[in-house]
Amino acid sequence: MNNQRRDTLKAGGGLGMLGLLAAAGFIKPEMAHAAWNQTAFDAKNMDAAFAAFSAGKPAESADVVITAPDIAENGAVVPVGVVSNLPKTEQIVIMIEKNPNMVAATFTLPEGTVADVQTRVKMGQTSDVYAMVKADGKFYMAKKEVKVTLGGCGG
Amino acid sequence: MASPMRIRAAAKDGVTEVRVLMSHVMETGQRKDSAGAVIPAHFITELSAKHNDKLVLSAEFGPSVSTNPYLAFKFKGGAKGDKLVVTWVDNKGDTRTDEVQVA
Repeated sequence: MNNQRRDTLKAGGGLGMLGLLAAAGFIKPEMAHAAWNQTAFDAKNMDAAFAAFSAGKPAESADVVITAPDIAENGAVVPVGVVSNLPKTEQIVIMIEKNPNMVAATFTLPEGTVADVQTRVKMGQTSDVYAMVKADGKFYMAKKEVKVTLGGCGG
Repeated sequence: MASPMRIRAAAKDGVTEVRVLMSHVMETGQRKDSAGAVIPAHFITELSAKHNDKLVLSAEFGPSVSTNPYLAFKFKGGAKGDKLVVTWVDNKGDTRTDEVQVA
């Protein structure tokens, strides 16, 4: 019998196994969400959310303006707009403090895009809405309380 | 498959305003059906908008974004007749691309 051939097969099998493990355990989640910031969207409290963006403790800034209703009758559809008057705004993140997944949406703005985005989010209950802005490498934020009379995350 | 997006893009005074209404269930994975079984999460994770092949916005969504997500943004430049393409991808790998001409 050709022993060398057996060894080669074994080695090959071993490598294949390693590859599979890597694919199942480590590489796959990142490949599936190549750009999606899993850590941020899994964050369960504000500090973890800020940490996911390496934002530390963002400074509150009057140049970040949140447009949202004071009272939202329907928590399933709460219009939220964020305007940043800071120069070189490159990222806008909308977070809802009391939602199970606090980070609602992140927007990356290439040069030439105006720092003015609007979207609609769900809110499970009355909560502070945070807008975090990355401008010129620094992080700023603003918050606004939105009262919800009918939650949007119930079943 | 997913229904088309409704996209409006209007150029005015050198700034193009884009409004997008996507059609998507945006299921959070928190809700339960009448039998008590958890409805699996199904939501848009990534979105990108290109103006004449130049990226003007990339966004990441979490399950907190409303059903049939709405998005509005503005970018400098853009003229009538320019091409604007919006693409989204959801957590199940579904994707949809629609394009409009700037009005």
